[in-house]
Amino acid sequence: MKFKTYFSELPLHLMILPGLITVLIFQYIPMAGLTIAFQKFHPVKGMFNSDWIGLDNFKYVLAMPDFGQVLWNTVFIAVMKIIAGLIAPIVVALLLNEVRVSAFKRSVQTLIYLPHFLSWVILGGVLINILSPSEGIVNQFLNMLGLESVFFLGDNSVFPFVLVFSDVWKEFGFGTILYLAALTGVNPALYEAAVIDGANRWKQTLHITIPGIFPIIILLATLSLGNVLNAGFDQVFNLYNSSVYKSGDILDTYIYRLLLDNAQFSVATAVGLFKSLVSFALIGLSYVLAYRFANYRIF
Amino acid sequence: MASRSSKSRMVFNVVNYLFLMLMAILCVLPLINVLATSLSSSSAATAGQVTFWPVEFTLKSYEFMLNKPEFLRSVWITVQRVVLGTVVSMGLTLLIAFPLSKTSSRFRFRTLYVWLFVFTILFNGGLVPWYLTIRNLGLLDSIWALVLPGAVPVFNVILLINFFRGLPRELDEAALIDGAGHWGTLWRIYVPLSLPAMATLVLLTVVGHWNSWFDGLILMNSPTNYPLSTYLQTVIVSQNLTTLTADQMKDLAELSNRTVQSAQIFLAALPILLLYPFLQKYFVKGLTLGAVKG
Repeated sequence: MKFKTYFSELPLHLMILPGLITVLIFQYIPMAGLTIAFQKFHPVKGMFNSDWIGLDNFKYVLAMPDFGQVLWNTVFIAVMKIIAGLIAPIVVALLLNEVRVSAFKRSVQTLIYLPHFLSWVILGGVLINILSPSEGIVNQFLNMLGLESVFFLGDNSVFPFVLVFSDVWKEFGFGTILYLAALTGVNPALYEAAVIDGANRWKQTLHITIPGIFPIIILLATLSLGNVLNAGFDQVFNLYNSSVYKSGDILDTYIYRLLLDNAQFSVATAVGLFKSLVSFALIGLSYVLAYRFANYRIF
Repeated sequence: MASRSSKSRMVFNVVNYLFLMLMAILCVLPLINVLATSLSSSSAATAGQVTFWPVEFTLKSYEFMLNKPEFLRSVWITVQRVVLGTVVSMGLTLLIAFPLSKTSSRFRFRTLYVWLFVFTILFNGGLVPWYLTIRNLGLLDSIWALVLPGAVPVFNVILLINFFRGLPRELDEAALIDGAGHWGTLWRIYVPLSLPAMATLVLLTVVGHWNSWFDGLILMNSPTNYPLSTYLQTVIVSQNLTTLTADQMKDLAELSNRTVQSAQIFLAALPILLLYPFLQKYFVKGLTLGAVKG
């Protein structure tokens, strides 16, 4: 009997096999390869045979003068993006919810979802174009208003905010989808009761609509916790340049330059391991919290 | 009282409609500016005269791009990776999602497998070991380096598992009684029923492959193997002019970097813009695929 169930499950194992092998090779072997963070990587000896040097790479990283700044930039940019990226879609979804002309609503939705699907290579090109200090249309507009040109992508005091603003610009529309879906689930009888009780639209929004979508707000807020060290490599890499390293260099771009410009494989891995471990703890925590407070399960 | 509230309501409505219209326009205005620049003469573009309509209309920048062998080659590589990548990763997604959509009592190793896949979302080896693994496999500069490492999109797998779990359980039993094995059930019942869900995932995978640039940059040693997005990244963002021939340099001098770059940006965005109506139809469904579950 037992043999028979094993036999009947065999095709299921076979189905999973190709995907499992792919994941083992391209995900789990690299995880094992994290050991080079504790080694002095030697190109010929390779990933699993270089000499062990304990925590020297980590000591080296901590002693690097710019590491603290890079870590700060990462957290600062990521946290600002999380907060702004949480608030903007809620506001726009609530405003869209007040629109009664459905053709207008649909047109607005069509346009605001679009930037989400374009890559940061394309949008980076677009932003470099429109933010250029001499020919860019944004600065021409500022000049027209009698303001000085701003060097958006070259000024350390502005650059992090350009990152946050452009990230919100790309993603806020897409972010409204989940809230709009949640808004359709709010019981209409609640609004009718509120009208009878004399509540105006603002009171209705405050006491019915927002509590109605509150679970999903909490859910998305907790899940975004996992992104505290994710300041967005694609975006930063396509927008930054050496003059804004001070304010815009993040862990991922730092790792990239350690690897590609300096060929410091072991040091780059050490920084990467640090990032992976902290992110792992945060994502794990966020899933636990999301399960506790919003009864959310990813599978 | 009633009239005052309806009056303030009207003011709110007007402001609200104007604000939303402004937001919507702001989302596409930068793209329109780039399109207009790409269709303008180089002198107008460098003088910064172009706003949202071409000045001294010309298609020269597009002619230049479409005659550029590097550009065409990178488009061909992207087409290859999109087709191969979508076929491979949809196949794997389907084959993983079907067994994992069974309950643990029907497939006892389900939980173990699920954790093996989900763990890759939570933790990863980071850039360097990932790169070294692919290098050790001898995949650098091969099209498979762009296809295989990301061939199991775990989020898509989860979406499809949840979709499969929403299908009536009786179908499984009926198929079993009719003598269909697991392969037959997957192929003749699950695949036809999940075509709309699969369409969503195909679109997301196509867009993902079209847009991805970093793997090309790091896994292709030779720029002749760059897919389009990577090629664009190096010419637009890093402004690498060293790959130009003398003739092209001369052309470029007549054209201005700015109009050519705008044309490149627009050409790269074009397929996404063409797919966009389908995307819009399906992605809301795709997002709610995962949300609808018990």
